[in-house]
Amino acid sequence: MAIEHANVLRAAHLARLGVSDAQAERYVDDLSRILEMVDRLSEIDTEGVAPLSHPLDATQPLRADEAIEVDRRETFQSIAPATADGLYLVPRVVE
Amino acid sequence: MHDKTLAELARGLAAGDFSSRELTSSLLERIKRIDPALNSFITVTDEQALKEADAADALRHKGEAGILSGLPLAYKDIFCTEGVRTSAGSKMLDNFIAPYNATVVEKLRHAGTVSLGKTNMDEFAMGSSNENSYYGPVKNPWNPKLVPGGSSGGSAAAVAAGLVPAALGTDTGGSIRQPAAFCGITGLKPTYGRVSRYGMIAYASSLDQAGPMARTAEDCAMLMNAMAGHDARDSTSVSRNVPDYTQGLNKPLNGLKIGLPVEYFGEGLAPEVETAVREAVRVYESLGAQVIEVSLPHTSMAIPAYYVIAPAEASANLSRYDGVRFGHRCKDPVDLEDLYKRTRAEGFGDEVKRRILIGTHTLSEGFFDAYYRKAQQIRRLIRQDFLDAFARVDVLMGPAAPTTAFELGAKADPVQMYLQDIYTIAINLAGIPGISVPAGLADNRPVGLQILGPHFGEAHLLNVAHVYQQATDWHQRRPEIKE
Repeated sequence: MAIEHANVLRAAHLARLGVSDAQAERYVDDLSRILEMVDRLSEIDTEGVAPLSHPLDATQPLRADEAIEVDRRETFQSIAPATADGLYLVPRVVE
Repeated sequence: MHDKTLAELARGLAAGDFSSRELTSSLLERIKRIDPALNSFITVTDEQALKEADAADALRHKGEAGILSGLPLAYKDIFCTEGVRTSAGSKMLDNFIAPYNATVVEKLRHAGTVSLGKTNMDEFAMGSSNENSYYGPVKNPWNPKLVPGGSSGGSAAAVAAGLVPAALGTDTGGSIRQPAAFCGITGLKPTYGRVSRYGMIAYASSLDQAGPMARTAEDCAMLMNAMAGHDARDSTSVSRNVPDYTQGLNKPLNGLKIGLPVEYFGEGLAPEVETAVREAVRVYESLGAQVIEVSLPHTSMAIPAYYVIAPAEASANLSRYDGVRFGHRCKDPVDLEDLYKRTRAEGFGDEVKRRILIGTHTLSEGFFDAYYRKAQQIRRLIRQDFLDAFARVDVLMGPAAPTTAFELGAKADPVQMYLQDIYTIAINLAGIPGISVPAGLADNRPVGLQILGPHFGEAHLLNVAHVYQQATDWHQRRPEIKE
């Protein structure tokens, strides 16, 4: 399946990745070649094959629902781009 | 001291031939001298290393030293190290000081190892040549015109150049085994889930696995003893007994059944690599092994399946880099969308963007079944190929990469670069362990023999690799380094 300019822009928007029109053009080229390679998957008949999402037949271990982490807000916020009063700052969302 | 294996250094420390401080200072000095030309380290933690070395020496003085006490290591810059920049080779995390340690880092620290620093890598582990690093490419110590492989290229080059006796890498599609092959060292990708992924910056979570990179299989075994095991903080880590990987290294290989996958010796394999690998197999025959031809019929589907599954998982994992809580943030965002879009456009490199776009596209409405679901179905068929093969043989052998190390800049086309991983990628999709061991030199470029085993078969792989290293000396060859 070929990828078109609009697909690239749509994916870029969904991924919140800034891509200009000119850059999208270049990605159409790169991504088309990657998808062309990926399209070989359709050569294989997978009728009735269950998808495998995890390489081991593992079960999800459960633990008691208890808080095990200590509050380290100050440490975590010390590496944030912008904080105030223990909150993360972002541009105004609601006017 | 820089030429010794971990096991030899452990004996030297135990015998009091030298202290950890002496060893550590000598390597730090060597890094200062040699690494500017190689670029294998992103961050060298001198002061902290000397403190850790002194602590290890003090423990030894009190008679409380363990087997790994005082031994220097380096970490691929994908492992979170508390108080130390952890960049994942990305501008996005250039200012990220990790607030906690990865579980493996914690375990190896607890075992008394000394960290010399963080090694260079392809950005977010996406690459096979280490050319995708924000910090510049790494040079192969065997020849500075060549790539060291990737994505754990810094770890491989640092070990090969004698800057550190061992380093940690991660392997999502070959990122431990291929650079180990290109640099002439030994690198083990354990079974998926054998080593905790907690604190390891995620690329493709159903494929990522950490492993040791060192001079010998014995050294990898020593490290695995400290690294492996269940971790309550990684729900995909496996709760299963960890054997002593150093026991049984010398078990004779009489009657070992080796399978040679026909698909691993076909078109695209460089003749000099094939010659070296077949010669290694002959060494195994002389050690009493039996060789059988086998088939892994879905081999050619591994790269296509991987380039759906890995980018899909990456596109989800990398959504956390939003310029809000840590990492890069663009200047003067006008609104939230502008903040996200420009932060991510500025912070990520080209290859990372390609994979985010591919992953987002294949997961998006209208494409999911054709790509993601299909790739997961084929993933099951690929795993089944290995299960069928291991019903007949004990291990599989073949090349780790189709060629020896190539020149910097030689593979500008992304698809050409992806094809590098033809022999390594299926192993991650199947979740089985694999090891690359030095098995020859062609035109002074190392060749890696890849040995594969069934799930949780790493103890046996290490045994098979170790016995080979007792019979050959390829792992003792060192590049000539201009000092």
